[in-house]
Amino acid sequence: MINITMNNMKIESEEGTTILDAAKKARIKIPTLCYLKNVQEPGSCRMCVVEIEGVRTLQPSCITHVSEGMKIYTNTKEVRDARKIILELLLSDHPWECNTCDRNQDCELQKLAEEYGIKEVRFKSINEELPLDESTPGIVRDPSKCILCRRCVTVCQEIQEVGTLSPRARGFDTIIAPGQADLLSEAVCVQCGQCAAVCPVGAIIEKDDIDKVWEAIDNPDKFVIVQTAPAIRAALGECFDLEPGTLVKGRMTTALRMLGFDGVFDTNFAADLTILEEGTELLTRLKKAIVDEDKSVALPMFTSCSPGWINYMEHFYPELIPNVSTCKSPQQMFGAVAKTYFAEKVGKKKEDIVVVSIMPCTAKKFECNREEMTDSGVKDVDYVLTTRELGKFIKQAGIDFVNIPDEEMDAPLGISTGAADIFANTGGVMEAALRTAYEIVTGRELPFDKLHVVPIQGLDGVKEASLKIEGTKEEWEFLEGVTVNVAVAHGLGNAKKIIEEIKFGKKHYHFIEIMTCPGGCIGGGGQPRMTTDEIRKARIQAIYKEDEGREYRKSHDNPALKVLYEEFLGKPLGERSHHLLHTKYFNKKDENV
Amino acid sequence: MTIKEIVDKYGSKRENLLQILHGIQNQNPRNYINKESISALSKEMNIPVSQIKGTASFYSMFSFIPRGKYVIRVCESPPCHLLGAESIFKAIEYKLGIMIGETTKDGLFTLEGTSCLGICGVAPAMMINEDVHGNLNEEKIFQILDQIQEQEKERIQLCREEALTRF
Repeated sequence: MINITMNNMKIESEEGTTILDAAKKARIKIPTLCYLKNVQEPGSCRMCVVEIEGVRTLQPSCITHVSEGMKIYTNTKEVRDARKIILELLLSDHPWECNTCDRNQDCELQKLAEEYGIKEVRFKSINEELPLDESTPGIVRDPSKCILCRRCVTVCQEIQEVGTLSPRARGFDTIIAPGQADLLSEAVCVQCGQCAAVCPVGAIIEKDDIDKVWEAIDNPDKFVIVQTAPAIRAALGECFDLEPGTLVKGRMTTALRMLGFDGVFDTNFAADLTILEEGTELLTRLKKAIVDEDKSVALPMFTSCSPGWINYMEHFYPELIPNVSTCKSPQQMFGAVAKTYFAEKVGKKKEDIVVVSIMPCTAKKFECNREEMTDSGVKDVDYVLTTRELGKFIKQAGIDFVNIPDEEMDAPLGISTGAADIFANTGGVMEAALRTAYEIVTGRELPFDKLHVVPIQGLDGVKEASLKIEGTKEEWEFLEGVTVNVAVAHGLGNAKKIIEEIKFGKKHYHFIEIMTCPGGCIGGGGQPRMTTDEIRKARIQAIYKEDEGREYRKSHDNPALKVLYEEFLGKPLGERSHHLLHTKYFNKKDENV
Repeated sequence: MTIKEIVDKYGSKRENLLQILHGIQNQNPRNYINKESISALSKEMNIPVSQIKGTASFYSMFSFIPRGKYVIRVCESPPCHLLGAESIFKAIEYKLGIMIGETTKDGLFTLEGTSCLGICGVAPAMMINEDVHGNLNEEKIFQILDQIQEQEKERIQLCREEALTRF
């Protein structure tokens, strides 16, 4: 521990701490703009400057470490003036459209301008208007609003390692641009939306589809149903200032009903369905490889629920197409079942059913617009709203979200298990799959405390587990004594690591779960801002709590699924399943490079 | 040279990117870096296209649009400005009919401005491709440009004659 003084207050601080962190501990707020803890710490925007006694110039507190006897002043006139000038300079090159901006009241620049009492901008604006980029289904770029903090560049280049966004040109002409093109649709972008999740202003946002959903609800001829992804219930509360990790499934259900949806359902239902299909697919592949010694069977098998990962795979590793499970994502399975099985049940034409998804994800907007996602005969999922959009939607309808009572989701597409809940976080799909596959093969429950596969939990980038199978049922005897190796990666940079290791023969797995976003869907590109590791942990904890509190915790126990297979689908990987629930992928290696 | 050969010549480490980009631009008859070469370079060096374009666009010596065979770079720094860089631009505009950033219809000349060329002692100055010209005035510029045009005419004539002899 070392002793420092901050604003004449004596404080103790650990060695190696930055002034910014030491200040936070001492309950002193220092403003930041370009800084993102553990992600980007370049010290370039200079908003966080402080005065240090004996040091000639102001120092950025986000990258300056404390030292013994340091005397720091965080709010002297010089510091305040410097910050004001930075804000004024940024504002002089920023359109003043706050009222009509997507980030109104949720903008870091706007907030700082208010906190620092900016009443006028002394610098004349040149304010060149740059064209709006609405070329992709998920992401909208508005370079005019960009303050060049480069957070999006860092997440795109270093966390996701997709490399779409990069600064272009120099000086005043600098813009953050996609690939070597002007439009995002002409560059390789996986639509993960991590850029939109970290943007401090309104320069990168998701495409707003709220009005289209209003229109569908207002149309009396349409039967509008909604599905909510597992990650929403642990994050939506944050849009209403509830603590991160507050479970709001009941209130969310009530709110969706109040909004006028004709059926409030759960993507979890389809997540359980995914486990049955994908688990069966894995076991079939293993059987073909081990018993039939079929060399053409592609192993390891990769999960396919994360549409950003699918986009990434198609662009960067199309050679893995045979390895990726053919299962559609839960969102698309839900759409296909809703417009066939469910439509029949309620006696509606599929053309009259509108499926709205609430997703933590911007890539889901892209996914539902894929041409092949029309197996019901029409577009399987019509509109996707992100968690943030749902928050706005609820506010637009004047619903007092925090104080409304809990309600239950509708049957049958609202019935699900705990295994589906954990689809929301990294390691969850794998755990859910193991819960079911192990029981199919051995007839016994997964032999772990509370059914959790501890080695694949948590926020490490790449996680592994091995499971020895013993005491198999007769038909699965070929798996007796086999050790199944699984791996889990979240964040595409980590996915890349795992793929490269497999390519060079360093690692051998049977089954790999990939989630596009750090932390999994709970850290998705459409989740409430700002997602930090602490918030990721809080959301994950909430999801596990939800799972543990369930009556059913294994996908194959879902009673509604049993009925679905009996009445409609037949069996996993059966003909109808194959047609409605499975898909194919495309080699896009040479597209948009 | 293919992109691979250029990369091999300078080495595939990131720090060699600028030299490689110069190599690519210099061998292009229109003096620019096209989209296809950036894509190919990205694969060869394992650097995203966004970063290559971002790097190249930072430097004014690189172009992403076709330019003339001769790129005229007139110095715009203060010493040259004081000694009449403005009139140098005007003289070139008059002679070739192109403004800054434009290329002549015959594809021979492109006019650009540049920051200091480091020869303020002979201001105002300009570069035509790799050749530096100082102490410029209207007359001298006409002379230089006439000479190039003459050379090119002769060259074209020679090519024509050579082509005719083949019949």
